[in-house]
Amino acid sequence: MNVVEFTGLVGVGSLLAGFLGALTGLGGGVVVVPMLALLFHVDIRYAIGASLVSVIATSSGAAAAYVREGYSNIRIGMFLETATTAGALAGAAIALHVPTSAIAIVFGVVLLYSAYLSSRQREEHGPHLTSSPLAKKLRFDGAYPTSEGKQPYAVTGVPAGYGLMFGAGVLSGMLGIGSGAVKVLAMDQAMKIPFKVSTTTSNFMIGVTAAASAGLYLARGYIAPGITMPVMLGVLLGSMLGAKLLVRVKVKVLRYVFAAVIVALGIEMIFNGATGRI
Amino acid sequence: MNVPTTSTVTSGQWNDQRIEIIIGTLLRTGVILAAAVVLAGGALYLVRHGHEVPNYTTFHGEPERYKSLTEIVEGVTTLQARAIIQFGLLLLIATPVARVLFSAIAFALEHDYMYVVITLIVLGILLYSLFGSS
Repeated sequence: MNVVEFTGLVGVGSLLAGFLGALTGLGGGVVVVPMLALLFHVDIRYAIGASLVSVIATSSGAAAAYVREGYSNIRIGMFLETATTAGALAGAAIALHVPTSAIAIVFGVVLLYSAYLSSRQREEHGPHLTSSPLAKKLRFDGAYPTSEGKQPYAVTGVPAGYGLMFGAGVLSGMLGIGSGAVKVLAMDQAMKIPFKVSTTTSNFMIGVTAAASAGLYLARGYIAPGITMPVMLGVLLGSMLGAKLLVRVKVKVLRYVFAAVIVALGIEMIFNGATGRI
Repeated sequence: MNVPTTSTVTSGQWNDQRIEIIIGTLLRTGVILAAAVVLAGGALYLVRHGHEVPNYTTFHGEPERYKSLTEIVEGVTTLQARAIIQFGLLLLIATPVARVLFSAIAFALEHDYMYVVITLIVLGILLYSLFGSS
């Protein structure tokens, strides 16, 4: 396989990953890394570097569309970014020092957990109405648009959310994924922030989180231009197409198919890690 | 894009929604610019190195010319394909950094100094990862 063929195949694969990631809301990174590692036998550290960069592209590219709708809460996002960026630095430092087989196993477990999360029925909770003193002090309260006008919400559980956000950062820096699922978990479940606000604020934060570890990866020579070029362009184009289609397509069946793919990839990552093939 | 530029907005008009829209536009512009640079570098790379055989199976780390900021810029001036790609990727990584910087300024204009400090902490971590770690 020469450079042209490699670039073309990786580009098409990344386009598909970005497309499915946008449609299902799981992001492209969870598929890109296993694809590069398992299918193209790319060293997992190169794969993580390339994926991180594509995560920045999709998150930053979509941010404009999200903020226009008025859901994301910039104060909550910025405060929690102190946790995610610190976590991302720690995660990148871990990834640079542990054996690649260990990274592969952790990646596999995270894949299985994401599949579980995406298949689970999410229980809606109404907006939380009393802020904790800390949330009040940090001025987290906001309002989001609904069909009946602006709906105010309050925030609680700041320490738990902050801790989870640090964990999300570690996973992002270590595995090259956006870890949007953990970020949403922290805001939606721990801090009782309305789901729509949680998802859009999470998307807003993903790019900044990934930039923290991407800088470290670049400075250490883990970002290879020849791989990252098709991955970044492919995922970006794919996720843009996916976001355009999102309103018109029934995603329920697709979610199950994607969850099945993720389970298969997760098992294979764990197997390859455990047997020392990655 | 009908988004007001910084110069036309007086401090009295600042609010979160407006700030977010400007930031969102800033981010998208950065991504488009970065993608264009990566695409240009990529095309040049394929033309020049298309028939080589890639080997990424074993990790050996990128050479200094693709990881040091000054050497990447130097490579761009001599039209090195992979240096141009790296420069585009650097632009992409810089986009969220710019957005954090912009948020700090916006919070200062709102006289929200607690959030200026919080934002500067995030900025510090980002700058450390880019410049302080190697």
